[in-house]
Amino acid sequence: MTLTEKILARASGKSHVQPGDNVWVQTDVLLTHDVCGPGTIGVFKREFGEHARVWDREKIVVIPDHYIFTADSLSNRNVDILRDFVREQGIPYFYDVIDDPNGSWKFDASKGQLKRQYGSRYAGVCHTALPEKGHTRPGEVLFGTDSHTCMAGAFALFATGIGNTDAGFIFGTGKLLIKVPATMRFYFEGALGRGVMAKDVILHVIGEIGFDGATYRAMQYEGPGASALNMDDRMTITNMAIEAGGKNGIFPADQTTFDYVDARIRANGTKSDYTPVDLDRDQKFIHDQVIDLSQLEPTVAMHPNPGNRAPAKTLGHIGLDRAYIGSCTGGKTSDFLAFAEIVRGRKLKLDTFGVPATPQVVDDLHKLQMGGESVWSILESAGVQLTENASCAACLGGPGDTFGRLNTPMKCISATNRNFPGRMGNKQSEVFLASPYTVAASALTGKITDPREFL
Amino acid sequence: MPDSFSTPVFVVGDNIDTDQIIPAEYLTLVPTIASEYEKLGTYAMIGLPEDKYPVRFMAPGATKTKYRLIIGGRNFGCGSSREHAPIALGACGVKAVIADSYARIFFRNCVATGELYPYETPEPLAGVVKTGDEATLDFEKDTLTVGGRTIQLRPLGEVRPVIDAGGLFNYARKSGMIPAAS
Repeated sequence: MTLTEKILARASGKSHVQPGDNVWVQTDVLLTHDVCGPGTIGVFKREFGEHARVWDREKIVVIPDHYIFTADSLSNRNVDILRDFVREQGIPYFYDVIDDPNGSWKFDASKGQLKRQYGSRYAGVCHTALPEKGHTRPGEVLFGTDSHTCMAGAFALFATGIGNTDAGFIFGTGKLLIKVPATMRFYFEGALGRGVMAKDVILHVIGEIGFDGATYRAMQYEGPGASALNMDDRMTITNMAIEAGGKNGIFPADQTTFDYVDARIRANGTKSDYTPVDLDRDQKFIHDQVIDLSQLEPTVAMHPNPGNRAPAKTLGHIGLDRAYIGSCTGGKTSDFLAFAEIVRGRKLKLDTFGVPATPQVVDDLHKLQMGGESVWSILESAGVQLTENASCAACLGGPGDTFGRLNTPMKCISATNRNFPGRMGNKQSEVFLASPYTVAASALTGKITDPREFL
Repeated sequence: MPDSFSTPVFVVGDNIDTDQIIPAEYLTLVPTIASEYEKLGTYAMIGLPEDKYPVRFMAPGATKTKYRLIIGGRNFGCGSSREHAPIALGACGVKAVIADSYARIFFRNCVATGELYPYETPEPLAGVVKTGDEATLDFEKDTLTVGGRTIQLRPLGEVRPVIDAGGLFNYARKSGMIPAAS
């Protein structure tokens, strides 16, 4: 069996499953946030009763992250709906925006967008926060009310996005009926060349198989090139399984995985026992492809879909209006370090917005230095409008006052994950997806630029 | 559910993602609150760019659409897992979508909510039918009749009774998988 099949077999109490089987699986972690949490709570109460209790309060993780730093009153209310429910149910893993468990959240627009407006428990973008806070364990089953839940597959678990109704069902029962996906394997050989990042790998893979090339399928990454990647890189790759239509993305667990996971579990005191699954010899794949990482080049997915791929070096004719770095995919510490490597000591030509994924990333950027200067200061000096208010922000547009949102028709190069029409706000705008290196180089020149020119 | 219904159709292209069905700025609305459910319907398909879709899906100020059937291309409903997407369509009166193929989560959310029937067509229709054409969808025979032609759609199979029942919970109760509502 493949990694996905082995995890789903175990979670459904079977010795063996095969693609196409419909199985009831037991949930290890259910993730929800401020956009889909209130609706999930509504479904749960409607269907199980006003006084119903969730199946296991220790297995639900609630991370407000989408529409937080906005004066929109419904958005602020939705964070309060989460808090009320968490208090009622006694759910321990709630990463609230504010510290007062009986308070209410109201964003103060008069304080501006840049300075930190959250309490000590706030965790930022859920997919990046989940592993940081010790909630990703190899071999487990994770469901989340967000399509990028697949990012957690980097930690060798089965992770996929679901809707509110399915999540409401899990709230009450802990179970979900799912179809076992066939697995596509991508076997990585070689090492990434200078100026090429994990983002280029996944944009290449999606370009190879198409924007719906993995629909209903698992995407499994193996090989020496895969084991050489660090956890941030693996997360970037599994994050975008959904952009090829995939049900989940997954890497096998190795020492890199265990070191990361065990350290985060220790630091946060979360559940420490887990049983990883190993790679079998008799795996059956519906698609098996070798990718030589050393042959890849900085890659861009052009408007209007993530499969619309071209090498950055061929797109120098495309002028840009804005650059953006942030999100679960592209707002990790390593992403900002790569960006800083390019822009250090230089001045950006484009209007550029930076949104760290989590408060931990904010702290890292203040502490880490390059040439005696903090990364934060390097980015600000180059001209990045950088906020401490970690959140999903303009990756998905959001309310009109969202930091970095494309409010007029423009061309934006972005380290995020989606570029369908209107994704970042204005419907007539065009979004080009690229690595933090490529976004940085393009922000310097004002047009799509191969970052190797600056390395 | 009636055996068949007739309606003008609304035709869209490939890769209609959930941001075009219901843009992210409207996700502040909570679908289980009745007034906000209805409000979601008023914004259905508002994310379609005006230059490509000069005929708008919702008339200004309307809560219901006159197009109760949407004809799509490949990968309909891709992108975000927001259940607000099938809900917005259901709330404004859409009964079914007929597309070449669907993104997985959207398809599943149609079934789980019971909001609408996601039919697949073996023959691409987007180039054959245009917005405003009158069509008849026959739920008994799984056929679409439009412009004097009748097209056999792929039967919905096991998901059909779930949608007929009004979604996952109603179906699970009806079939004894979970206890009946107290």
